[in-house]
Amino acid sequence: MTPFTLSEPQRHLEAQIRWQPVELAFWLATLLPFVFAPNYLVLASQIAITALFALSLDLILGYAGIVSLGHAAYFGFGSYTAGLIAKWGWGEPLTGLAAAAVAAGVLGYATSFIIARFRHLALIMITLGLGLLLAEAANSAGWLTGGADGLQGVRMWKLFGAFQFDLYGTTAYTYSLTILFLAFLLARRLINSPFGLALRGIRENAVRMPAIGAPSPAHIRKIYTIAAVMAGVAGGLLAQTTETVSLETLGFARSADVLVILILGGAGRLYGGLVGAIIYMVARDQFSGINPQYWYFWIGTLLIAVVLFLPNGVLGGLTRLMRLVRSAA
Amino acid sequence: MNALALATRGLDKSFGSLVVAKDIELKLPQGERYALIGPNGAGKTTLINLMTGMLKPDRGHIFLGEKDITALKPEERVKCGLVRTFQINTLFPHLSALEAVTLTVCERRGYARSWWRKLPAYGDAVEEAHAILVSLRLAASCYRPTRELAYGQQRLLEIALALATKPKVLLLDEPAAGVPQGESAELFSVISDLSRDIAVLFIEHDMNVVFRFAHRIIVMVGGRILVEGTPREIAADVRVRDVYLGGTRHG
Ligand SMILES: Nc1ncnc2c1ncn2[C@@H]1O[C@H](COP(=O)(O)OP(=O)(O)O)[C@@H](O)[C@H]1O
Ligand SMILES: [Mg+2]
Repeated sequence: MTPFTLSEPQRHLEAQIRWQPVELAFWLATLLPFVFAPNYLVLASQIAITALFALSLDLILGYAGIVSLGHAAYFGFGSYTAGLIAKWGWGEPLTGLAAAAVAAGVLGYATSFIIARFRHLALIMITLGLGLLLAEAANSAGWLTGGADGLQGVRMWKLFGAFQFDLYGTTAYTYSLTILFLAFLLARRLINSPFGLALRGIRENAVRMPAIGAPSPAHIRKIYTIAAVMAGVAGGLLAQTTETVSLETLGFARSADVLVILILGGAGRLYGGLVGAIIYMVARDQFSGINPQYWYFWIGTLLIAVVLFLPNGVLGGLTRLMRLVRSAA
Repeated sequence: MNALALATRGLDKSFGSLVVAKDIELKLPQGERYALIGPNGAGKTTLINLMTGMLKPDRGHIFLGEKDITALKPEERVKCGLVRTFQINTLFPHLSALEAVTLTVCERRGYARSWWRKLPAYGDAVEEAHAILVSLRLAASCYRPTRELAYGQQRLLEIALALATKPKVLLLDEPAAGVPQGESAELFSVISDLSRDIAVLFIEHDMNVVFRFAHRIIVMVGGRILVEGTPREIAADVRVRDVYLGGTRHG
């Protein structure tokens, strides 16, 4: 159907999902580090990876209302997959990343059958349990994962046979940012589709869904698998760009951090995880220079302040501010 | 009598020692409007939960037309044509009325699995949803989030969501609950204007409304069907009068 024949209700729905100028500005701004902060490209790459991880959590938490305290399981699984493939002699980045995606997707699909049966507190406990289980498994399988020492000997080939992963992070940031952008386009499409509407339905009222004929468990299994794939890609990126994998990629702290990041930025608004990752990672980089032991003190304070004063995160606060400014003008 | 649209056979349900359904034999013919009445706590909502699959009966069977649907999940029963509304608004607060009804239509048409094309591209579903909202006089506020709608409009949206599933049987759990008496007649005129292809069973406490809109009335007390009959028969029935005048307040 062409835009010229859209009916009034269709145009209304179309207007809600149209690209906004501020979105274009955001993506253009992600290129600024190349020009203004060339010494921070390694950090920028890690931010892009964390943003991708937070975006994947947003798909399940922000859209389908599935709270997870074990999302690092898929991140770490992707990380080890990509790392091990490179260690075993196949260092080609894109196929390695695809392998990480598939591995995390399979794990996500398998666990989604449990996830789809539960909600609320039970779900938190189950995701937490799954995360701890996998972390402990990786710890015990030291012969495979390198245990507490981390996975050593990961050597990446040049990207497209041309771009070396250098110390300055130029290739790393370009690579991570491109993958993040592609994943974002995919997530944006998905959210604005009928399937995305069904996910919002589950978040808004899981009781009503079956009463309108909606098979919520099938929807949940699908989005959970997609989110796991995305988390696995993020983990794979980290392994490839840092050429090491540590147990920390699977750890509870990573699951908790990404939850904090998403809530900080604002869940259920696609950019929340991205903005949250920038704030969190930049702040950590700045504060850690001063007094690393106080990091969680400040993050705790920040988190309480955000939840108290900006219940929809930084982005929710900004949106409200824009509305106020507009209605005042 | 027409063929049966919905029937139950020997339906039992207890919560611990509390019997909420006992040997329920309900028969709703195609295209009819039946009222289900009874004092608070009689088990009316529970009966709807049992028939729609939100609760599992301890014993007994549920038939939609000829088909035994006792083992089907709630969403599968909806797909077969059995749908309900809720006594307490059970809506999607942050979705607009248009989005909520479009979602329902998408689920019915099998679009809700597709995640590649944009929602507005499904013009047929959006148009159908909008037409339903127009027919329920909700068009003017259909772009606003549900939680911002007036209470009466939210009650109408309850019905709009049910209609968007294209039901054969519609179970309305106190559709006018909480609506001022003046508006409740208007709400029921919407219900009585529904296509005669839909069989309707509604729970309602206002006897004027019940006598005006129901072809037949089923009276439930303490988890049992006490009596069933035409409005005239029910009005004259001594046992019904006892229930309603014998101290048990209906509300
Ligand atoms: N899930 C439940 N667990 C235990 N008791 C329940 C449950 N649901 C309803 N009841 C009880 O069952 C009885 C019937 O409730 P209900 O069907 O809601 O009555 P009605 O709709 O006729 O007012 C009430 O006594 C109520 O407290
Ligand atoms: Mg009730």
